[in-house]
Amino acid sequence: MNTFKRNLTALAVSAVLMPTAAVQAGEVEVLHWWTAGGEAKAAAALKEMMEEQGHTWKDFAVAGGGGEAAMTVLKTRAVSGNPPAAAQIKGLDIREWAKLGFLTSLDSVAESESWDQLIPPTISDVMKYEGEYVAVPVNVHRVNWLWVNPQVMEDVGVEIPTTLDEFFEVADKLKAEGYIPLAHGGQPWQDATVFDAVALAELGPDNYRKAFVDHDMSVINSNKMEEVFSQFAKVMSYVDDNAPGRDWNTATGMVIRGEAAMQIMGDWAKGEFTAAGLTPGEDYLCAPAPGTEGQFTFNVDSFAMFKLSEEEGIKAQEDLVRTILEPEFQTLFNQNKGSIPVRTDMDMSAFDTCAQASMDTFKSSADDGGLVPSFSHGLATTSYIQGQIFDVVTNFVNSNNPDPVKTTDQLAAAIQSAM
Amino acid sequence: MPCQAALRAAFGFIRGFFMEHTQYRPAEVARAPSGLMDGLQRWLPKLVVAPTVILIGIGIYGYMLWTGVLSFTNSSFLPSYEFIGLDQYAKLMESERWLVASRNLAIFGGLFIASCLLIGVVLAIFLDQRIRQEGAIRTIYLYPMALSMIVTGTVWRWILNPSLGLEKLMHDWGWTSFSFDWLVDSDFAIYTIVMAAVWQASGFVMALFLAGLRGVDSSIMRAARVDGASLPTIYWKIILPSLRPVFFSSVMVLAHIAIKSFDLVMAMTSGGPGYSTDLPAVFMYAHTFTRGQMGLGSASAMLMLGAILALLVPYLYSELRGKRHD
Repeated sequence: MNTFKRNLTALAVSAVLMPTAAVQAGEVEVLHWWTAGGEAKAAAALKEMMEEQGHTWKDFAVAGGGGEAAMTVLKTRAVSGNPPAAAQIKGLDIREWAKLGFLTSLDSVAESESWDQLIPPTISDVMKYEGEYVAVPVNVHRVNWLWVNPQVMEDVGVEIPTTLDEFFEVADKLKAEGYIPLAHGGQPWQDATVFDAVALAELGPDNYRKAFVDHDMSVINSNKMEEVFSQFAKVMSYVDDNAPGRDWNTATGMVIRGEAAMQIMGDWAKGEFTAAGLTPGEDYLCAPAPGTEGQFTFNVDSFAMFKLSEEEGIKAQEDLVRTILEPEFQTLFNQNKGSIPVRTDMDMSAFDTCAQASMDTFKSSADDGGLVPSFSHGLATTSYIQGQIFDVVTNFVNSNNPDPVKTTDQLAAAIQSAM
Repeated sequence: MPCQAALRAAFGFIRGFFMEHTQYRPAEVARAPSGLMDGLQRWLPKLVVAPTVILIGIGIYGYMLWTGVLSFTNSSFLPSYEFIGLDQYAKLMESERWLVASRNLAIFGGLFIASCLLIGVVLAIFLDQRIRQEGAIRTIYLYPMALSMIVTGTVWRWILNPSLGLEKLMHDWGWTSFSFDWLVDSDFAIYTIVMAAVWQASGFVMALFLAGLRGVDSSIMRAARVDGASLPTIYWKIILPSLRPVFFSSVMVLAHIAIKSFDLVMAMTSGGPGYSTDLPAVFMYAHTFTRGQMGLGSASAMLMLGAILALLVPYLYSELRGKRHD
């Protein structure tokens, strides 16, 4: 009995002493879906940097592009009380998780690293819940890009269109020469990505924000929205008939091979051009989507941090958060992923011309209000309202006689029912 | 060594235990010396079956019940227990997409079941004419069933894709006016799903009917022929009506394949173009797991359950009533 008691005391003492002794080396489990190509390389870079700081990285990768599979696994883990330290959660979903009390506040790190000075407020808003940071942004994708094959444009003798009217003119000439003017894949999110760009061009940033962030019915159910839909239908009429179901990278391949002239897609498309051995500015061009010059629809990847109980784990979590925003990681990661750093104070000389142009617009639009969250990628609204908009948009695209007036009513009704 | 001895003793005991009980009926075993054994004997079957019953109870009926409960709540992306009555069902009925999914199920289910039965019966009758190489032909027709729906869907997507498959082949061969673009036409895409599903399942129906036909007494056929009936009449009036049970089982199997269809649509069109080929199962998955509308998804799952029960209950009822008459 006596020895038992002594052992117990020893155990208790060591339990108290242990954390202070081992506080440097914690384990950090990270759920992400960066499992292929440049993204996997980017994730490996983060792992290496964490290990250099003496922490153990426990990889929790769940494949499946949009992260649907990963989210299902995360829900199961979170509900059973065993969430990972960090998980790749995007946009408005961060708020949903925070509302349920799963996420931990990052304000102590955010203050000491003065995030508020580094990150534009439009983006830090998405990372906060009730004024406190609960997630850390990793990168910024620009969604309103137009990818162009210069060879085709030269062949037909047209310039890159800067407005929608110019786009229609150019597209007519391309069509007459037998090219597909706009490469596109008929999947709901891709339809929405093009709609996103057309809506921004037609509505302008302020009304875009009113419609897709605040869901102001005076904009959603208006003549302006009808105009957006009719312009959108016109843009989509330059897509070939076989688009339904096509993946976005197959569409990018059509631009690369010169079958199609242009594609409206976020800057992750750059990875496809790079993989084909092309140089930006020479073999392919990037330009703002027609009519959105100087404006920037952003799509931000981020990691939300879950509440942990162990001190080592929390230390590792803080180091992870700090590392993610470090200039070294931001450069390495974003060069691999095709996006731009989320910090506005970075030296961009190591990046390609498209990324440099993206950064310039990012900074200027952050000041003049042209920086808007992309609704098609879940940054502007909840997944349910987003889904409702997707349904209306994709139904409009695939309808045999699209009616902008009726569709505007449907959009208003769909958003209303989801609010 | 002692270990072996112990093992042998254990085996001896077990063998003795079973020998004893296969030789005597439990009631005859003396009660006093083996009361424990007797109890075990009585409980053994129940104990053996218990894990399965518990697993099925929780894994199927428990979760069915849970889904039912969730369909009355406002669960969004995680389950919640704030009850809101029938609101989710009302929302479902107003949803354009759900109506499309239901209509698609009616088209898909109806055409799929009817075509499979027709093709299956005709093939079975042809194969039943004692033709040469019947075994090989039967295997060929049955083979699609060995593929998973994902494979079937992917293959048919490639075949029917206008820029990749059949249409391109015809154009390359010089028939440039040939056009078959149902897969990318939102009004016709659902019929391409029917085509793939029929290709997959009609061989199975053929096998069922062939087995049924082989079971028909050949003297009936001879008697009918003596009476001067033609072969089509014999099949139509005598043999097929006698295959009613086969017909019913086929419809049951095909109907539940139709209602739970998910993988075929995902592989072929992912519900597209737009959501024109959505089926209820696809709708349920999208809303429950990707759109954070668990309540609405659960409500749609309950309606699917209702549809299956609407088929199953009359069937079970007629089966059970039939038994009682015998």
